[in-house]
Amino acid sequence: MTQVTMTVNGKTVSGQVEGRTLLADFLREDLRLTGTHIGCDTSQCGACIVHVNGNAIKSCTALAADLDGAEVRTIEGMANADGSLSVIQQAFQDHHGLQCGFCTPGMVMTASALLKENPKPSEVEIRAYLEGNICRCTGYHNIVKAIMAASGQDVSAIAAE
Amino acid sequence: MYNFEFAKAKTIADAVKALSSEDAQALGGGQTLLPTMKQRLAAPTTLVSLNTIPEMIGVCVNDRGEVCIGGATTHATVAREAAAHYPALAALASHIGDPAVRNRGTIGGSLANNDPSACYPAAALGSGAVIKTNARDIAADDYFLGMFTTALDEGEIITEVRFPVPQKANYQKFVQPASRFALVGVYVAKYAGGVRVAVTGAASDGVFRWAEAEAALSADFAATALDALAVPGNDMIADLHGSADYRAHLVKVMTKRAVAAAA
Repeated sequence: MTQVTMTVNGKTVSGQVEGRTLLADFLREDLRLTGTHIGCDTSQCGACIVHVNGNAIKSCTALAADLDGAEVRTIEGMANADGSLSVIQQAFQDHHGLQCGFCTPGMVMTASALLKENPKPSEVEIRAYLEGNICRCTGYHNIVKAIMAASGQDVSAIAAE
Repeated sequence: MYNFEFAKAKTIADAVKALSSEDAQALGGGQTLLPTMKQRLAAPTTLVSLNTIPEMIGVCVNDRGEVCIGGATTHATVAREAAAHYPALAALASHIGDPAVRNRGTIGGSLANNDPSACYPAAALGSGAVIKTNARDIAADDYFLGMFTTALDEGEIITEVRFPVPQKANYQKFVQPASRFALVGVYVAKYAGGVRVAVTGAASDGVFRWAEAEAALSADFAATALDALAVPGNDMIADLHGSADYRAHLVKVMTKRAVAAAA
């Protein structure tokens, strides 16, 4: 067992992990932060995306022990300090950017990483950035629309299809 | 996956020492190795993480004008930091996998794995790069020895990759629609001494140089210089995504596109 200490959503946490403990499992099983979902467990679907030291990564394909000392942000750390939804989360609600909701945590984390890199992305750029996030309800259209809206851009041109 | 001992190296010397134990395996970004271990296709007794060795991270330009990339540098970092020095290489890095994979996967990991459909082998071979390890320098021409096979010895790790910067270069990838790996990817680079053309995704022995195209393009760097050439389908991969002949045909198409984009 290895001792790991991380900052997760601003709080210092530590625990004993096996070598094989994935970051996703450490978050879900040890810290009970079950907002991070494991969809495919093969690094394809992106439901498990969290931010590590500011970068979006797939937490099902990173070892907890390898991230000792890291700063981690999960979906539980995305709301505003007063508990209200963040701009991106609110946009997902306003534009019906979720159906079953399983992929949503990963979508929100990816959207947040995108808007940090590129505050006014085009529709093409949003779709390209979502390459590693799969929505099995195939609800991509409104997800793109929500991200567009969260970036403060006009979404009237993105007609419902 | 089966459990293992985990060790985190702080220096190259630490890593080499830790890798000398039996069944120890180096861990780069883990974007291939961890899924492989989950499927129990690999079961090392010890994993040695190379991810936090400062001397193996970063992009710089040496006094010979070569772009030097630390072995543990992520694709996202190469995409950002090599853009000003070697745009074609940075563009290739910016299209590997997806954004989250690029934030974790490393150049050393990709080259050590030598997946026959990976992008980086095409850049390394197409640029005539030098793969520097803890023990020696290996020319790209001597490094790739077939599917998932390289000149690396047990426990040898890629500490840096040095790319001579060409006058013009471009990489064109035809993605396999499900995996998004290269069904065929072609890297074309024009140097003062001639043109290099490296092909990934297509051949069952992994990345290779297309010598006839190199000769034709060295004489005339134009897509039309390739008109009379054809790639035989003999040694190409055939699967449900594309027959051997289809891949052979794509090699020429993608080479022409790369030349047109570079010129």
